[in-house]
Amino acid sequence: MKAHFGAFASRFASRFASRFGSLAGLVILGALLAVLSPDFLTLSNLMNVLNQVSLNGLVAVGMTFVILTGGIDLSVGSILAFSGVLLAALLKRGTPGFLAILAALALGTFFGLANGAAVARFKLQPFIVTMAFMTIFRGATFVFTQGRPITGLGDVGLFASLGRGDIVGIPWSGILLLASLGAAVFVLSRTVYGKSVYAVGGNAEAARLSGLAVRTTQASVYAISGFFAALAGVVLASRLDSAQPLAGQGYELDAIAAVVLGGTSLSGGRGFMIGTLVGALIIGVLNNGLNLLEVSSFYQQIVKGSVILLAVLADRMK
Amino acid sequence: MKLEMRGIQKSFGPVVVLKDMRLEVDEAEIHALVGENGAGKSTLMKILGGVIPRDSGEILVDGRPVEIMKVRDAERCGIAIIHQELSILPDMSVADNIFLGSMPRTRFGLVDEVEMRRIAAETLARLGLEVDPRVKAGSLGIGQLQLVEIAKALIKKARLIVMDEPTSALSDREIERLFEVMRSLKVAGVSFVYISHRLEELFAVCDNLSVIRDGEYIATAPVAELSFGRVVAMMVGREIGDRFPPKTNKPGTVVLETRGLGRAKAFREVSFSLRGGEVLGVAGLMGAGRTELVRALFGAEPADEGQILIDGSPTKIDSPREAMRKGLALVTEDRKLEGLFLGFGVDFNIGAANFPALGSAGIVVPGRLTSYAERLVETLHVKTPAISAPASSLSGGNQQKVVLAKWLGREPRILVLDEPTRGVDVGAKREIYEIIDRLAARGVAVLMVSSELPEIIGMSDRVLVMRSGKAAGLLESDITQEKIMSLATGVSSS
Ligand SMILES: Nc1ncnc2c1ncn2[C@@H]1O[C@H](COP(=O)(O)OP(=O)(O)OP(=O)(O)O)[C@@H](O)[C@H]1O
Ligand SMILES: [Mg+2]
Repeated sequence: MKAHFGAFASRFASRFASRFGSLAGLVILGALLAVLSPDFLTLSNLMNVLNQVSLNGLVAVGMTFVILTGGIDLSVGSILAFSGVLLAALLKRGTPGFLAILAALALGTFFGLANGAAVARFKLQPFIVTMAFMTIFRGATFVFTQGRPITGLGDVGLFASLGRGDIVGIPWSGILLLASLGAAVFVLSRTVYGKSVYAVGGNAEAARLSGLAVRTTQASVYAISGFFAALAGVVLASRLDSAQPLAGQGYELDAIAAVVLGGTSLSGGRGFMIGTLVGALIIGVLNNGLNLLEVSSFYQQIVKGSVILLAVLADRMK
Repeated sequence: MKLEMRGIQKSFGPVVVLKDMRLEVDEAEIHALVGENGAGKSTLMKILGGVIPRDSGEILVDGRPVEIMKVRDAERCGIAIIHQELSILPDMSVADNIFLGSMPRTRFGLVDEVEMRRIAAETLARLGLEVDPRVKAGSLGIGQLQLVEIAKALIKKARLIVMDEPTSALSDREIERLFEVMRSLKVAGVSFVYISHRLEELFAVCDNLSVIRDGEYIATAPVAELSFGRVVAMMVGREIGDRFPPKTNKPGTVVLETRGLGRAKAFREVSFSLRGGEVLGVAGLMGAGRTELVRALFGAEPADEGQILIDGSPTKIDSPREAMRKGLALVTEDRKLEGLFLGFGVDFNIGAANFPALGSAGIVVPGRLTSYAERLVETLHVKTPAISAPASSLSGGNQQKVVLAKWLGREPRILVLDEPTRGVDVGAKREIYEIIDRLAARGVAVLMVSSELPEIIGMSDRVLVMRSGKAAGLLESDITQEKIMSLATGVSSS
């Protein structure tokens, strides 16, 4: 009986460690910054962090789906940019905000599906496919805008609040992130679709022979990723009250970093969504802290890279 | 080489796997190690090979204690291990696989490709495998890969070779070939530890036999002094009845039929019918196209000529999903590559073919998955540390039962089994046979591919024999090993 309990306890402890090791990292980082900078733990700063994190967080939610199947999506930054400029152009023409947002999200999903179709249907390497589409979508954004930002989008309604508004001090974008995350957690842990995502990443052949819809699953995760990239694009356009054709460059790397920091395996099949939130928060808090401490942006990059390396290393040691 | 292992203990966390285990192998001896699934045979051999560390105990080579901490240490002592789970790199050539870690060099320090290919081809030929060493390992079948794995040990010129179920994917002919090689190496002084759940093999090739039960040493005796029943009794700790259950099934009407079925470069012109409540055995040599046939039936690689009829009407099966909708299930031949999600829990693995049924509207109810998996684990007596333990932590035979459980849970009408008892111990085999018989008695149509002739004969109502991709004949009554072999080889044995 005792041995049994011991076994249970040690299993629980090890599971806890593997799941929440990154959370411990986040807490330590937060504590450190709280000591070093009096501004860090203020409510307004924390809300600021949430606001900052929401963009990367949204992209990372979609990225988690892709990485769980063993894929990668490098095109998210470009999808974000195109969705943003499409939204802006529609708003400029007087399209109702609601419809314009829907159009932008649909476009992102469709672009994602293009990635997914190429990967699943033609069995191409996700890295190459999404790198090619990253370039294509970015180019298309430039063609569409002729390289110029679209500014002055108007200040009313749903659109404006997404990036700038808040309810009782909590930014809308943060709420959007948490809601998306909740939905994603539910889908991954409780639905047949979620099981397929894990199964495809764990052993695609066994999944196929178990009757799971492997190709559909593979294609759809890119659509999901495209959708979330577009959502981030909408939030960004709203926040800046403009859309830049150069927006979102390098976002794919931050999103991948968040997913990996959160303990999801790049080879697929292993990982979980809450980890991704923690990963995104680590990156966000780090950025914020380094800014508060007035560290030069040159050094910031070195610190960020080192933290990612350390985290992955710590994960390996367990 | 003379080997002694004494007082070996090993635990994985709280799970004690080996307690005070010992093993003695003499110079030029073929020593059998037998025990039930999960008894700890592979664990003991992994310790010997430096793959995992032991908790305590000592290893002596030629009377002198040796320190084996890493794989390299074992190799230096002249120990080579053919592991139960194959470790082939599918994208590398056969020659590269064989020489991994010990590639011959030219004078300039480069890999000597020519020499490597020559030795590889020579070694494989000795084992009866005629393939170009330059082809990718991934293009070979599982039985051929097993021979490649054996070749890997042979080229190391080891003085003690451990074979952990080397024959589970081989057919009788290749096995006989392997035994000849073993006997000739034995004359040259090489020792073997031989692990197999096919007990006939032990009587054919081994000198002495040691029994391990639940991680404990039970006994050692000369094979010549033992009977089949005695070995089984020592393994499981009690007498078990006959090897095969009495047959209670009654074949009914035809549910599945093929007419001139074929797939390019795999098999052709296969026609047979399968009745509900019948067990139809499919026999043949390695590479005869048996696996390809059943994979086509299941839509894994769809047939491109001929017809499949279900309940008398022609159907197209072009994906596993389609096949499953029509009531088929396929227990695949290679559990590691095609059957299991190794890093995932036993519950996930068992539920994998049946997720939609375990919830509603696409939402999986976790409690339901657990109780579903628990029920099947109980029915099949799967030995697992916990219902959510990763499949990789189960012994080989128990992994096989997990794959079976995955499909039995769906209650298929047509159950296709490809080597269903590969790596399963005698007691568990008997359990699986009982399950097959019970299903057949309930009217399920069973198609069973097997390379174990006693199993084919003991279980089947009729036997389809395949040779070089074609149906060579159908045996309806008085089925004997000789008749099967003469159809399978095309050589009459009279
Ligand atoms: N990494 C691991 N973690 C936990 N338990 C393990 C691990 N590896 C093996 N075991 C357990 O150790 C026991 C012995 O396993 P082992 O593979 O040695 O059995 P075996 O005698 O080779 O069985 P089989 O005939 O089925 O191959 C099993 O109960 C298995 O579940
Ligand atoms: Mg074993």
